[in-house]
Amino acid sequence: MTSLLDVRELHVTYRAGNGDVPAVRGVDLSLDPGGTLGLAGESGSGKSTVALALLRLLPDTARIDGQVLLEGENVLDMRWGRLRAVRWVGAAIVFQGAMHSLNPVRRIGEQIAEPMVIHGTVPANRIPERVAELLGQVGLPASRTRDYPHQLSGGQRQRIMIAMALACEPRLVIADEATTALDVMIQAQILALLKRLVAEQGIGMLMISHDLSVLAATCDRVAVMYAGRIVEQGPAREVVHEPAHPYASALSAAFPRIGDPASRLAPRGLPGDPPDPSDPPAGCVFRPRCAVAETVCATVDPPLWPVDPDPEGDSARHAACVHVGPARPLTTTRDGGAP
Amino acid sequence: MSTTETDPRDAPRASGDGGEAEPILSARGVEVAFDAGFAPGGGKGTARAVDGVNLDVSSGEIVALVGESGCGKTTLARVLLGLERPTGGVVLFEGRSMRYGSRDLRSYRRRVQLVQQDPTGSLNPRRTVYESVAEGLRIHEGTTADEAEQVAGALSRAGLRPPERFLSRYPHELSGGQRQRVVIAGALVLDPEVLVADEPVASLDASVRGEILRLLLDLRDELGLSALVATHDLGLAWNIADRVAVMYLGRVVELGTVEEVLAEPAHPYTRALLSVLPDAGDGEPVVLAGEPPDPKQVPTGCRFHPRCPVLASGEAARAGVADLCRTVDPTVLEGGAERRVACHWAAADATGRVRPGVPGSG
Repeated sequence: MTSLLDVRELHVTYRAGNGDVPAVRGVDLSLDPGGTLGLAGESGSGKSTVALALLRLLPDTARIDGQVLLEGENVLDMRWGRLRAVRWVGAAIVFQGAMHSLNPVRRIGEQIAEPMVIHGTVPANRIPERVAELLGQVGLPASRTRDYPHQLSGGQRQRIMIAMALACEPRLVIADEATTALDVMIQAQILALLKRLVAEQGIGMLMISHDLSVLAATCDRVAVMYAGRIVEQGPAREVVHEPAHPYASALSAAFPRIGDPASRLAPRGLPGDPPDPSDPPAGCVFRPRCAVAETVCATVDPPLWPVDPDPEGDSARHAACVHVGPARPLTTTRDGGAP
Repeated sequence: MSTTETDPRDAPRASGDGGEAEPILSARGVEVAFDAGFAPGGGKGTARAVDGVNLDVSSGEIVALVGESGCGKTTLARVLLGLERPTGGVVLFEGRSMRYGSRDLRSYRRRVQLVQQDPTGSLNPRRTVYESVAEGLRIHEGTTADEAEQVAGALSRAGLRPPERFLSRYPHELSGGQRQRVVIAGALVLDPEVLVADEPVASLDASVRGEILRLLLDLRDELGLSALVATHDLGLAWNIADRVAVMYLGRVVELGTVEEVLAEPAHPYTRALLSVLPDAGDGEPVVLAGEPPDPKQVPTGCRFHPRCPVLASGEAARAGVADLCRTVDPTVLEGGAERRVACHWAAADATGRVRPGVPGSG
């Protein structure tokens, strides 16, 4: 089965007035149809840059290197016409703050219909039927077609954005902090909806969030990003409940599980700040904030090592930390050269 | 986790003594109603943002006020700060009714300070850290000889050490966590007794959240500060609060210690909220349909009854309370240390004590 999405060695660098800022420094991802992958990280981790890079939605100041294979075709090599055809139809994005992205002076029905009209994926006389169908899929009554955005709540507007994203039946949906800023109950409704749609329609979903517990509940696999790199990846529940990388551990602990005595009156945070992307520290980029850093961490930037590998050296889980790597000190730098 | 020595967190705090002492800050029967255009079906619309709330905050205690958007927690917090006058009921500070003359309010605000949600929005980008923190001092005390010392002290108590490193910085030169500490320093510089925080960590990165929450706990432990924290984040309550009040559509529907309410919720709304948290563990999540109704159209009877799973499943009928649920509004709960629930099904009596058989009745 051709994988739906295959990202290889993705690098994104922003050209700024006084030098280049590497926002994404070598990311590999893959997703199969019907699969769900969570991408976790905080501000500055590069996760949203990755999402935008997949459909070339970054500004001109961004230089993208690597490959983004969508059903085998490299998005980064596509001609403009082909790229336009792929957006909305091959892959669609639901953004954060989507509730503010709707046009306030056009009715909901028209806005949901827009991608279908522009891409000509549905004959004009079938569009109203398809709009009603989409509203039904996101749990809203067809009567809402004639409403304006201000007549709907934040949660309802987010559902409209999801309906729009599904309008042209994309094979890949990217949800970028799609439930952040929504109440817990609405978030639960939207996540349940996304899970159901993905399962029913065999869509692949890339879900981006700073909340690891949301990703654990919704995705099969999770990749945690820090300073432009993936520092841990693997089956969602394992990464969230038994993280191997110290940063993944801190991120997981940031949102306590209610009822867990270990976090009662004991909030866990991480001192310091994420590194300045234009001036990262030498060696492991997480070292300044790491509670278990070793001397070797100052000089060596660990690659993603398999966690608890099987006899063939494979593992579903990888973490970029010396504590996960082989027992002897690393003798190669990240790109395989001698130290 | 077994231990033979007393956990210092269980030791009685110097100022509190099991709820016998008078609360430092108290809402008694507070109501806030706004005129809000026209009601559906004609006539003037009134939004009942806070519809009768009693809530006590004792000295040295952190109370979490939790609920979803529109439940009234922010309005209630503003009333407790004196930023909003209630249309009904009173606010008591140290047992005395709040007065709203400008001098009274000014002296009140020295002792009860606000910590807002978004540090980027609340710090003036053109003022240095020093100036932002000194502002509160200057408003209340004019120019003082030891202003610099007080500002440095406040920054230090807020965890920005050494304070000298930060005095001449501007907000854009600081991280989100540092900015929030500056906001907190601005609140601390007047040596308040109570902090009222509205979503203090909502706009901060996940890894920074813990640091700021730890700061709030340290302020309680070291300075004896009390706090009321309004938030939608139940995990925050678990992390730092002693007691929690759950609000729905303008009322407190459940009240008690964090262990009582969050680990053994009695009210169907609280139970639903906890069940849908991503980390909820086993058990089916109870995903309520739709959204809380408009505060202009508070349902008759129990305001939660149209969405209540206990009523919908027939369990309320089996317990013989279904008619009450639809027609009788549960009484406004007392705001003290006692465990209370505003629910005909879960309560043993009109005061809202939890009946045996419902979780949390112990």
